[in-house]
Amino acid sequence: MYDTVIIGAGMSGLAAGIRLAHYDRRVCILERHTTIGGLNSFYRLAGRDYDVGLHAVTNYTAKGARKGPLARLLRQLRFRWDDFALSPQIGSEIAFPEVRMQFGNGIEVLESEIARAFPSEKDAFATLLERLVDYDELNQELYELSTRDVLNEIFCDKLLIEMLLCPLMWYGNPRERDMDFGQFCIMFRSIFCEGFCRPFAGVRLILKNLVRRFRSLGGELKLRSGVDHIHVEEGKAVGLVLDDGQEIEARQIISSAGLIETMRLCDDVSEVDTRHAGRLSFLEAMSVLDVEPKEVGFDKTVIFYNDSENFCWERPDSLLDVRTGVICSPNNYAYSGEKQTLPEGMIRITAQANFEHWNNLDEEAYAAAKLKGYGEVVASAVRFIPDFRSRVIATDVFTPTTIRRFTGHDQGTVYGATHKTLDGSTHLSNLHLCGTDQGFVGIIGAMMGGVSIANRCLRGRESPALEGGA
Amino acid sequence: MTSEEIREVIIDILTDIAPDEELGDLKDDVAFRDQLELDSMDFLDIVMELRKRYRVQVPEEDYGELASMQSTVAYLEPKMQDLEKA
Repeated sequence: MYDTVIIGAGMSGLAAGIRLAHYDRRVCILERHTTIGGLNSFYRLAGRDYDVGLHAVTNYTAKGARKGPLARLLRQLRFRWDDFALSPQIGSEIAFPEVRMQFGNGIEVLESEIARAFPSEKDAFATLLERLVDYDELNQELYELSTRDVLNEIFCDKLLIEMLLCPLMWYGNPRERDMDFGQFCIMFRSIFCEGFCRPFAGVRLILKNLVRRFRSLGGELKLRSGVDHIHVEEGKAVGLVLDDGQEIEARQIISSAGLIETMRLCDDVSEVDTRHAGRLSFLEAMSVLDVEPKEVGFDKTVIFYNDSENFCWERPDSLLDVRTGVICSPNNYAYSGEKQTLPEGMIRITAQANFEHWNNLDEEAYAAAKLKGYGEVVASAVRFIPDFRSRVIATDVFTPTTIRRFTGHDQGTVYGATHKTLDGSTHLSNLHLCGTDQGFVGIIGAMMGGVSIANRCLRGRESPALEGGA
Repeated sequence: MTSEEIREVIIDILTDIAPDEELGDLKDDVAFRDQLELDSMDFLDIVMELRKRYRVQVPEEDYGELASMQSTVAYLEPKMQDLEKA
């Protein structure tokens, strides 16, 4: 009998596991896949390391900072700042046809860019910053306000609104067209006020630290252990049955599988409410170059591009929509350590894609579509950065079906369901959600989400945990 | 445990919670919240560490007593005077 079983060895599940194991709870993490990481994982192909998920760690604050999600997370998991070895970005950009705006870590660069590109909106931007400071992140009612309504009230220039929304929607919005204001505030702070960083060794460094710590505290991690269902008796989860039939008992369960995905596991739920199912998924084109991206003129950490004045954040009706995208490079960070130069150049470009269309392809058509998709995405991106195609020596592509295979998320969603449960509660008192569908996004956010649910369990109370915050 | 030993216990716990902090200059009469930016989650950790290490219970309505080193030591003295430092 375990005190707690956690479904999923991603960032949130591992962080929750560390907290609980530290306080002597008997914890087991079950992971269906053969490796850890979930949405933020890594793999090796033809002798090269690739990261999936992580473009950049958001919520960067420098060593010594005591405020902000990163500092709070380090204390909760008892890591030193140096354990994550985060190097800051070298500068990012929002690129629309007529206007480009730079931003860096800290709000100052963006503030001056807005004053330059949209001088009449300077004061309105200051008003928005005040609203963000006042926002109470755990108030579910405020959370669900329409961001577009709020921004339309504050700004006159529609283009500025689209340009502000573009990066924030790209990095964490599960809803189509509009965004929950709560999610907007969390994303705004984590990207524009704090900023981007990355460990030189990539996401695997963070994951390896988490697993090592979890195991050293006596936690058990079982890979290749998918959960077939959660057995419920008299309004309580009493145990889990694995894909291979093995039964595991637990006093409580924390699931990072997603809201709808978790409901489907419960054997007391006959009809799952799918009204809030997410629909947004992505294709990513990865290019390995024989030079540093800077040498072909791509010298930004991340560029969010959109090729018209209107930013469309919705599921395409075809395989792919390349009108908007994200271009990033793990080479473009201010690494400071000795020998911290990546062996090759890497450029990753993400575009919106439709899961159903990809899922309906047969094997041959899928392979052909991947190849064609790579070409389309790169061709779209080189309208915004110098053409690097002659320097490409290897490529790989992941699609919505890849995302589903690795994360188990319906529809290959990256940001999950459109309705978030901030306190992780479900219809069962001893079943909690953590991770994406708890509304915490980004690497630091995901871990913080796991921590907040673990704390709720440690306090042994049913009231909402008031200590969250991405 | 003497009040000096209780202070050491709290320093040990703070060192674990915030390994990057230099606690040598900690001012006993200034709130942890102001000096170290500790928040409610961190106070929960101090309470749970006291329970884990010394089986000392701090009920939630008393969390306010842990505001600074001075108030924490004063609050814990009667609860910990008969205990041996680990």
